[in-house]
Amino acid sequence: MSAKFKEKLASALFGFTAAVSILAVALICLFLFLNGVPALADIGLPEFLFGSTWQPSSGIYGIFPMIVGSIYVTAGAMIVGVPTGLLTALYLSRFANAKIAQFLKPGVELLAGIPSVVYGFFGLMIIVPFIRTSMPGNGFSLLAASLLLGVMILPTVITVAQSALDAVPRSYYEGALALGADHERSVLQVVVPAAVSGLMASVILGVGRAIGETMAVVMVAGNQVQIPTSIFEGVRTMTANIVLEMGYAADLHRGALIATGVVLFVFILLITLLLNLIKRRSEI
Amino acid sequence: MAFSDAHGRRLKAAIVRWVIYGATLLTVAVLFGILGYILCNGVPNLTPELFAWEYTTDNVSLMPAFINTILIAALALTIAVPLGIGAAIYLVEYARRGNRFVMVVRAAAETLQGIPSIIYGLFGLLFFVTALGWRLSLMAGAFTLAIMVLPVIMRTTEEALLAVPNAYREASFGLGAGRLRTVFCCVLPTAIPGIVGGVILALGRCVGEVAALLYTAGSVAEVPNFLQQGFAAFFQPTRTLATHLYVLASEGLHTQETFATAVVLLILVITLNLGANFFAKKLGVKREDG
Repeated sequence: MSAKFKEKLASALFGFTAAVSILAVALICLFLFLNGVPALADIGLPEFLFGSTWQPSSGIYGIFPMIVGSIYVTAGAMIVGVPTGLLTALYLSRFANAKIAQFLKPGVELLAGIPSVVYGFFGLMIIVPFIRTSMPGNGFSLLAASLLLGVMILPTVITVAQSALDAVPRSYYEGALALGADHERSVLQVVVPAAVSGLMASVILGVGRAIGETMAVVMVAGNQVQIPTSIFEGVRTMTANIVLEMGYAADLHRGALIATGVVLFVFILLITLLLNLIKRRSEI
Repeated sequence: MAFSDAHGRRLKAAIVRWVIYGATLLTVAVLFGILGYILCNGVPNLTPELFAWEYTTDNVSLMPAFINTILIAALALTIAVPLGIGAAIYLVEYARRGNRFVMVVRAAAETLQGIPSIIYGLFGLLFFVTALGWRLSLMAGAFTLAIMVLPVIMRTTEEALLAVPNAYREASFGLGAGRLRTVFCCVLPTAIPGIVGGVILALGRCVGEVAALLYTAGSVAEVPNFLQQGFAAFFQPTRTLATHLYVLASEGLHTQETFATAVVLLILVITLNLGANFFAKKLGVKREDG
């Protein structure tokens, strides 16, 4: 085998492995849409998206409560997780001394590594009983899911926000100090605005994580098909809808669940797109 | 203006500082709270019966699930690691800058990274389980996981390769080595710690996954019998440790055993994370969880 041929072969081989991820995305899109769209056509898109009744036994498939559920739960997680996460990132990036940061960073990474079932189990044993005893309802609620998801998105928000804050040139901060601002003011009014697109990216990544989370939400949210009128009521997300019923669904019911996946997928694609727009804007 | 004087400014700065300290404290408390709670309740319940070879509804042994986890993760990584490393080598070492193909690959990897695990599970069910006819099986679960961790391995390997100084490559080329030899003899050995870190990270992802496996690998708490069935055992349904924990927790019958199972899973994942950190640090490659 000549050296030149070997090089060519290797290049082609590596090129092929790179193409695998394109193939994977294409296959995922193809199979989701191929299996979901016929059901969508059968049910009717407006009825499916905006129908508020989900009764597979009588052939009524409306996922509006689930879409609202996903949005509510995600919003709740943001309210809980984003302020805490961003402030912790600020601390790690600009307030912590090296020793504490050295100890905290692996801790945050650890938080990211904990499997979602373990979070779910923790929520089931601690958060749900706590809400049941001290607040109205049986504990399985929008509030429980929001609290748990808020904790789960912390590591994502913290790591991405921190690297955005770390990337702000030192001279910005020093310039602010030279103008007479104190440390806190320099950080809040100069460093944070400079890092804002990275901070936004961290929040959007958190949204993506929260809206796609499945097991932990299923375990604490109650999963009733309803649009909750208070945070103490149960809620079912799109992810929960898929995982709860896929095991026994058949025919149109199965198609409707796959179509739920398609809607979720479209949400995720929009989030990825938004993230790219922000990234591009920050590069200019 | 209350804050125009020096005193007011100092007060404001102090408030800002304490709010930030408070939030950090909250994060730390939550971390230790979760770990401590699971460990304290689980460790006393680690009984020998829990590690019996056979699962029964009485002993709810986690051993079959544990072995299945190793099998499925090993298989998934066997598929994903060569593909992920190859793709990263292509992106860093072979592709020209501004190449259209590279842009598409990057966009695809980024898309894969954002897809929630339940969508992977759904895809695995439609493609591997149904279209390819593998049924709920070890094989279908492993392939689904492989696609899921592919972007993780790609990204970490890419970072590790980028961290290798260009002087190494130039020196290798200068000595007359071709691109292929440069990659395998110069670049890869230097980048190994970072790559291993990424692989361990992917392993951790596999170990903790449920949503992608529930409808691809199934939830039968038995180890496939390779001795009797040979290759066909790959197409037996399996339950991994994380799925096992989910099943136990949602049954709600064996609370103590569930805690113990959670501890085993948690310790496994923490060990893997520490390992990934250790290897990643060896090369000084910074790792970010996206």
